[in-house]
Amino acid sequence: MLAIYKREMRAYFTTPIGYIFIAVFLAVSGFLFGITTLQSQTSDVSTYYQILMFAYIILIPLLTMKTFCEERRTRTEQLLLTAPVSLTGMVMAKFLSALTMFASTLLVTAIYFVPLTEYGELNWPRALGSMLAMFLIGMTFIAIGIFVSSLTENQFAAAVGTIGILFALLIVAAVNSLIDSYAVRAVLSWISIYSRYAYFTYGIFDIAAVVYYVSICAVFLFLSVRVFEKRRWA
Amino acid sequence: MIEISHLVKRYGTKFAVDDISFSVGHGEIVGFLGPNGAGKSTTMNILTGYLSSTSGTAKVGGIDILEAPYEAKKLIGFLPEQPPLYIDMTVGEYLNFVYDLKKCTMNREKHIAEVMEVTKVADVKGRLIKNLSKGYKQRVGIAQALVGNPKVLIFDEPTVGLDPKQIIEIRNLIRTLGQDHTVILSSHILSEVQAVADRIVIINHGKIVADEKTEDITRVVEDGRLYSVKICGPQREVLAALKELPGVRRAEAVGERELDSFTYHIESEPGVDVRKPLFYALAQRGWAIIGLEAVGMSLEDVFMKLMDENVRKKNGKGRQ
Repeated sequence: MLAIYKREMRAYFTTPIGYIFIAVFLAVSGFLFGITTLQSQTSDVSTYYQILMFAYIILIPLLTMKTFCEERRTRTEQLLLTAPVSLTGMVMAKFLSALTMFASTLLVTAIYFVPLTEYGELNWPRALGSMLAMFLIGMTFIAIGIFVSSLTENQFAAAVGTIGILFALLIVAAVNSLIDSYAVRAVLSWISIYSRYAYFTYGIFDIAAVVYYVSICAVFLFLSVRVFEKRRWA
Repeated sequence: MIEISHLVKRYGTKFAVDDISFSVGHGEIVGFLGPNGAGKSTTMNILTGYLSSTSGTAKVGGIDILEAPYEAKKLIGFLPEQPPLYIDMTVGEYLNFVYDLKKCTMNREKHIAEVMEVTKVADVKGRLIKNLSKGYKQRVGIAQALVGNPKVLIFDEPTVGLDPKQIIEIRNLIRTLGQDHTVILSSHILSEVQAVADRIVIINHGKIVADEKTEDITRVVEDGRLYSVKICGPQREVLAALKELPGVRRAEAVGERELDSFTYHIESEPGVDVRKPLFYALAQRGWAIIGLEAVGMSLEDVFMKLMDENVRKKNGKGRQ
């Protein structure tokens, strides 16, 4: 598993994907930070992170689109699947390497806290809570992206598919308020990744939400493992 | 070392592999021969744990690949039809990755240097795999299978797409490896497996057609050789003379006309070399032979022949 993880990390930096991800992430994030906090002269970063979340719809598929479909297209998956490595280990290695890329780039945004504490009063619980929520949501999105990537051998299809699912998951919250039926709203709120996020922005550590994100993540990783299992038997 | 019994792989209603059984002993090189789509790759993929069988078992070193995949896979080095290369890595990096992937516990530098030495890829160690020629890629693929020194080596069409010189090199390599490994290699060319294998398993439409020692298959195939002869002379008379020649089972004019010569196909009786009598007989009549070559058998001919042979054997037994 460690071998695959290390190879994945290397691959992010021997191909342009890693650089593009970091550059676009930081450029978008810097721009949003400038508008939402500096320009509106506030030290509240929750709006900034909230909008950044929508950028994930494009950014996360960049990280995950290649994971499995590239292996499938170039037949290198045959090496992995005939090596003494478990399917779970293989999926986890891919997941953790994408998560490492994402988390370390997200950490860079902590730099923004420096001017905020210097020239204003940063609400630390709210800032850190928002950041944690960002991490959890990103993690969930990566798991979804990896699952979609395991379904196809076309990177483009994987990226577009992931974008579609992530977009749907985020706008469910907006659609939800327009629906009259209580039953439909209850179902939609189960899959609304956005609405779980609210407590963190008030600086409250919402354990239920953490469990929610981790579970969704686990479900999609489990499904990815099943995809490989199923293909072997098909 | 390898035991396959009643292996079946079904895709919907189509049987890719239909009740195949055979075993391979330690230190044996077995050639897996069959036309494209016969089920060679499917069998190999099942044996290496890439696919699962519909029914039947595949064991490597006594370990069932489905029951204990982890242990079984450690015994196998596999070169798939398309070498599984990460083209954005250098040869050295790639082999190191495979070393880690297979969880080897040897002297890393020494082992990888050895593998590169044997497969002759040491000189391209620092180059990106995407920039290598097809021959080198194939050899890196073989090197990858050798990492960890597994007891069983499975090569799916190892020489496809290589030039003649490279083919000879790879054949020699496989023969050397066969001394202390169990090797299965597949091909759709008879001469390819004849050159290296001790035993040949022929498979067609997912079923085993023959499983014999290479010498035996060679004997069956060369028994009653087919020649193509180009002779100057009147067609009808030449053909009549050919048919009268002792040792000739069958002669026919193929009808390719070139100046005053015609081409004929001659099949000899088993174990008789008709070339000399042919020469003298024609020389006496003053007809010159301007071309004579043995016609190789196509895989289909081989199948037909082996089927006939099997039927004959069975009938023979029935009479006794």
